[in-house]
Amino acid sequence: MDTFLQLTVDALTLGSVYALIALGYTLVYGVLKLLNFAHGDVFMVGSFIGFGVLQLLGGTSKPVVPVWLLLVLMVLAAMVGCAVLGVVIERFAYRPLRDAPRIAPLISALGVSFFLANSMQLLFGATPRNYNIFDLANASLYTNGFNIGNVHVALLRIITVVSAFVLMVLLWLLVNRTRTGKAMRATSYDREAAAMMGIDIDKVIVFTFVLGSALAGAGGVLQSLRVPTTVAIGFVVGLKGFTAAVIGGIGSIPGAMAGGLILGFAESFSQGYISTKWSDLIVFSILIAFMIFRPQGLLGRADIRKV
Amino acid sequence: MTDSTPHGMHEGPAVGQDEWVARHAERRIMPSGPLGTIEDRIRRVPWWAWLILFLAAASTLPAFSSSGYVRYVAFSTVLYMLLALGLNVVVGWGGLLDLGFVAFYGIGAYAYAILDSDKFGIHLPTLVSLPLIVVVGAIVGFLLGLPSRRLTGDYLAIVTLFFLQLFQTITTNGDDAFGHNVTGGPNGILRIDPFHLGKHDLVVQHQGIFAVSYFYVALAFFAVVFVALRFVNQSRTGRAWRSQREDPLAAEAMGMPVNWLKLMSFSFGAAVAALTGTLFAAQAASVFPLTFYFVLLIIVYTMVILGGSGSQAGVVAGALIVSPLLELLRDPGKSRVIFFVGLVGGLLLMSRRSRALGMVAIATLAFGFAVHETLGAIDKSWIAGEHQGGFAGVTDHWVVAPAHLARWIAPTSYIGLIAVVLLVTLVRGRTRLVLLVPTLYLAAFVWENVMLAKPEPARYIVLGVILIALMILRPNGLLGERRVEIV
Repeated sequence: MDTFLQLTVDALTLGSVYALIALGYTLVYGVLKLLNFAHGDVFMVGSFIGFGVLQLLGGTSKPVVPVWLLLVLMVLAAMVGCAVLGVVIERFAYRPLRDAPRIAPLISALGVSFFLANSMQLLFGATPRNYNIFDLANASLYTNGFNIGNVHVALLRIITVVSAFVLMVLLWLLVNRTRTGKAMRATSYDREAAAMMGIDIDKVIVFTFVLGSALAGAGGVLQSLRVPTTVAIGFVVGLKGFTAAVIGGIGSIPGAMAGGLILGFAESFSQGYISTKWSDLIVFSILIAFMIFRPQGLLGRADIRKV
Repeated sequence: MTDSTPHGMHEGPAVGQDEWVARHAERRIMPSGPLGTIEDRIRRVPWWAWLILFLAAASTLPAFSSSGYVRYVAFSTVLYMLLALGLNVVVGWGGLLDLGFVAFYGIGAYAYAILDSDKFGIHLPTLVSLPLIVVVGAIVGFLLGLPSRRLTGDYLAIVTLFFLQLFQTITTNGDDAFGHNVTGGPNGILRIDPFHLGKHDLVVQHQGIFAVSYFYVALAFFAVVFVALRFVNQSRTGRAWRSQREDPLAAEAMGMPVNWLKLMSFSFGAAVAALTGTLFAAQAASVFPLTFYFVLLIIVYTMVILGGSGSQAGVVAGALIVSPLLELLRDPGKSRVIFFVGLVGGLLLMSRRSRALGMVAIATLAFGFAVHETLGAIDKSWIAGEHQGGFAGVTDHWVVAPAHLARWIAPTSYIGLIAVVLLVTLVRGRTRLVLLVPTLYLAAFVWENVMLAKPEPARYIVLGVILIALMILRPNGLLGERRVEIV
């Protein structure tokens, strides 16, 4: 029972970060019908921005600001930085290819991903960066929290899950309750018709990249609070992120959240009960099963092609 | 359409070609003047003549260089050519984004390692294991394609990319697959047999240097694969591939088995990759999981895209350019030469269009000397950096190279360079020309001080830039023909 609870806690932390990444994929796919391979690397850049801010503010041993402010600043800086990066990527690598055959922007995206990962390696080296959150305020982020039975739920995990969910709720409100959100939904539904109705498509797309990349940046910092980051994580993280997006139904926002959590649970439980090594295999099997039996994902619309 | 040479069109459009499309190709060429005549003559040379010429030229290479390194690079270039040919079947002809391609290369290598090494004590004759591995590769490719057959290209991309990751997981953790050591894990499989016929081994090293035998075997493989794929492409299947790539719906309406065709191109590519893998494993005598990963995938994609996906000659040219380029970029001295040659070449190409670019070159030179002298006058240590290798003398007096880079300089100048390059693409006219001067100089500065210090990421950055720039400026690559959109 304790193992089960512990794994559930793990799954929630892992899943909420996956959900943040999956949202970025899903948002971009929704409006552009483009798999943004560079998204995982934006996440990676976010985790490095968080690290940079942490060092600027004195590191974990002697932070110059209160702990809560430090965390907020790290996440905010990563969100802003990644949003700018996302906009630049869209403007220069994807926009010129908007009317090209579909394979063209995908290859360009691969190039961007490769470029980002290697540029970061050029500038910051391949050594892992550890936030060393354990040193922060006498490990209070680990020792504080609450217990369920024998299982200790660290404050750090609560912070991760809660901030991820707050961001998701904000996103949901933004997409469903604002005019910009309405424009995004319209563009996602039918880009040409939306343009004819007077929606500035370019603005909507830029805004989508801002949102998606900011979420990735936040995810990068939240993830790296627990796990050291390197310049090479983008590939695997991106892979997990869009697997989550596909499982949930690519293009669907609640779907991406659900997909992220499912992936988190699948990974955590297969690692806990079956084998640490083969969890990728299990996740892959789930992906294949979805591809065969429900290609539109859990909450996605079935793709009806008009001829 | 991408691969048919125009000379075939004088007797009217080839099968499966629209009259308008055929005439489009003619209109585009219109050879005129003496140069045009030569161009036309060159175009009339049949493909097999080119192939024989190329093979003949390539096989004289060992006569020019006895260096084991050069021979090895030549050998690996041929491997890349084979990989590019295989990927071209999937991406260029089938129109499918296969991101797991190098996993099949790995499967071929690992299969050979398992079937011909001391690992399990199996030593199959090469003539048995090679066909077996090719068939296995084709079948695995087929199976992987199955779940994605109904889905669009994007889903295929995900499944195949995940497959690549899975291949990593399996090979890295295969030292403990239910208690058995199958793949040797991160330590890989060592002491793999070379190719052997009967009792005769094809040695990899002869008197301590790389033997040319593998180079010739690789060339032979290349010739066979090239010709075989050429024939496939000219057959019904090849035409069907191209038609389903251009418009799957129309192809299906014409009664073509679109799913079957996709699966076929997929497993053809996988088979070629697996075959190449055996060659790699036999030569390297060891296999490790990380050889077959994302980096290799991007390298092969760059070759195919640069050469022109869909054109066999194109992708071979792509491999011939990219593979030596990557080797040259390892060495700082040669890397500098490549940079300046590329810079001057690029300017020359562009200045055919506008004389102003010549002015830009001169202005950049002057700008560089001015900056160098000014900074040198202020503080000697700014220009005290040592240059080594090619063009060292030239750069001594032109590029600012501090003896020790302050920590903030590398990120600032690199990110600044990206920013100004992007800015240059945004502005037009005179502003662009003026902006180009400091941009070029900054590029030289970054190359000299930031990139040369770390060749490993630097050469991959070059690849990434090539991929992005090509997709935007010339998606058809060097030799691929621009697709004709019929609306």
